[in-house]
Amino acid sequence: MIYEASPIAVGLFVFIVLLVLGISFYFAKRTRDSKSYFTASGSIHWSVNGIAFAGDYLSAASFLGIAGMIATVGYDGFLYSIGYLAGWVVALFVVAEPLKRLGKYTFSDALDSTFNSKGIQLMAGISTLVVSVCYLIPQMVGAGALVTPLLGLPHYVGVIMVGSIVIFIVATAGMVSTTYVQFLKGGLLIVFSMVLVVLVLRNGFSLSPSDDYHEFKSVGATVDDDGTVTALAHNPYVIVGQETVGSLRFVKLIENGVETWWKLDLNGGDPVLHETLSIVKTANGKTLYNGEPKANEKFYQVGHFSKLVVDGVEVESVKNLNPAEFFSIIEDSEIVRFATKDFTAAGDKVTVWYQSATPGEKILRPGLKFKVDEGATTSSKLNFVSLMLALFFGTSALPHILIRYYTVPDQKSARKSTIVAISAIGFFYILTLFMGLGAMVNGVLDVESSNMSAPLLAKYFGTALFAIISAVAFATVLGTVSGLIVAASGAVAHDLMDQFMGIQLTDKGKVKAGKIAAVAVGALAIVLGIYFKTTNVSFLVGLAFAVAASANLPAILMLLFWKKTTSKGIAASIFVGMVSALTLIALSPSMYELYESTATAPFPLDNPGIVSIPLSFAVLIIVSLLTQPKRTPTV
Amino acid sequence: MHHGPAVKLESDNAADPKAKLGLVLFFVYSLVYVGFIIINTLSPKTMGESIVLGLNLAVVYGFGLILLAIVMGLIYNIMCNRIEKKLNIAQETVD
Repeated sequence: MIYEASPIAVGLFVFIVLLVLGISFYFAKRTRDSKSYFTASGSIHWSVNGIAFAGDYLSAASFLGIAGMIATVGYDGFLYSIGYLAGWVVALFVVAEPLKRLGKYTFSDALDSTFNSKGIQLMAGISTLVVSVCYLIPQMVGAGALVTPLLGLPHYVGVIMVGSIVIFIVATAGMVSTTYVQFLKGGLLIVFSMVLVVLVLRNGFSLSPSDDYHEFKSVGATVDDDGTVTALAHNPYVIVGQETVGSLRFVKLIENGVETWWKLDLNGGDPVLHETLSIVKTANGKTLYNGEPKANEKFYQVGHFSKLVVDGVEVESVKNLNPAEFFSIIEDSEIVRFATKDFTAAGDKVTVWYQSATPGEKILRPGLKFKVDEGATTSSKLNFVSLMLALFFGTSALPHILIRYYTVPDQKSARKSTIVAISAIGFFYILTLFMGLGAMVNGVLDVESSNMSAPLLAKYFGTALFAIISAVAFATVLGTVSGLIVAASGAVAHDLMDQFMGIQLTDKGKVKAGKIAAVAVGALAIVLGIYFKTTNVSFLVGLAFAVAASANLPAILMLLFWKKTTSKGIAASIFVGMVSALTLIALSPSMYELYESTATAPFPLDNPGIVSIPLSFAVLIIVSLLTQPKRTPTV
Repeated sequence: MHHGPAVKLESDNAADPKAKLGLVLFFVYSLVYVGFIIINTLSPKTMGESIVLGLNLAVVYGFGLILLAIVMGLIYNIMCNRIEKKLNIAQETVD
């Protein structure tokens, strides 16, 4: 779809960016040494740190990715909210206080606190870098997705813009400014998401979401025995092509010189063609949106009820809902979602999004994305279990979350700030289900990018709210990326250069090395953010969680709770967890789709956690048992 | 360079009992979470059954897991405060 910038959106965007930069400049003056740069000197109040935790955590994945996934596949998107939040239980009950007690700058310090091992320093430093970069990719993708509708700029410009601003922030001020940026945007995100949900509930539901919502057409058809459409019930359309894709049949019709694609539904012996949305890349290099150039604006926003049922009666609209009514009406009604298929027809590369009327009861339970019900296989169920496992164990192994435990003065503050974080994040995640489902039925979806669902839902309620929400979401990305880059730069300057290589840097030199590392990691994130442009950000974050959970968590847990853990066991576990998770991701079906490969992916699951997490634990136990220190015989 | 904490931490006599309490609560929550995964994988249709106020089990269980984390976090904090008060103040008195 076409996005045009509005002056109010641009104005608010510029204001938020300037505010963030202002905070950075202000706190840059207070950053004098490495302790201040990497950990804010442990001086942050627990309540501020708690909301900053929420700011760190409620990244592009939460606001853009989860809401977008719920808007396209219903409850399955909400599973991410549940898993992301449940992960905080591990952080609070198991990791927070001990980690605070053991570490100094980075989580490698905690792992290495009793060993002083080069192996741990190297592996933990590399793992922090890798997980940070994995987590940075979806943030950058989200940044690009936001800038397009907000400022009318291409995706890659958004990625470069965020990368540049964040590199500047991190290279000037470090953890203090990152904390206050996170505090500000975490608070704003929760408040304005709540406003959006209140508006969704007050607005209610309607069969026709807006006055200018596109009415999808249908045409009766005659079909012969082999499924070919031979005639149409009425003009002005003429059949000019047909393609069978799996069990689906698509028909190309022409009207006034405009070619569009339609999907055949046999409809119990009364065949009908239903209009689709299509993007066609023609053999001569043109790209057509519903048969016309993009500028003609024929590529519509979608998502609507096909049946709206209130108390057992079909109605046209209903307003002022309470939260329970919101769900029970969706459960009883039927919603038109848009499924997608790619195929080639006469040299043209065609992507269609066709209407798929889905009962509300299926939308409000798992199954549309994660095949645990109809059409489920063992591997599809394992895929679901693997994701839930990775989300549960990933949170407390994320470097940018772990370093936040070193910004508060003591263990008690670490605990309290985690509880503030859980409350704020939990409340926000409850809102995601309302926002995602609200976007699904209010005709705001851009089928090309599910990531834009929540901001486009805000646009439905006015440009001002859209501008505020988008600007806050942009600040969300800025904040999270800042935290990740601080974590990554800490890994380079502290874990690898200072600890592992033993390079004697002055305090100023260490900060300088951290800043150079920040620039390098930021540049890498920009490149990867452009490459992964079309991938759902929450899916990408799920993978980052799997890498973090596999590489870091077994080491943290076993160090804290198993006395036979050795330094070699920890180093081997981090290495195997990280490499196995990355390898299995690279061999997964989703990545093969990204490679545009027609071959079957060697690893059947999209999320590697169910294999790589136990493997990492097993390696730690086996290597530790094999490398126990020799006991000195006593006489 | 040593690996000590970023700030000077006071000794915490309550560390062990707090860690044990944390583990107990962690296992309780894990059981509820595993229950959610098991129902979803072995009996997904159960998730569609209406439970209360027209809400199905999937919505109630999902919101329940989020709210349970918040409630257990608050309980954990209250209990930790009590343990700290008891053990750390007792230690100060001995000192």
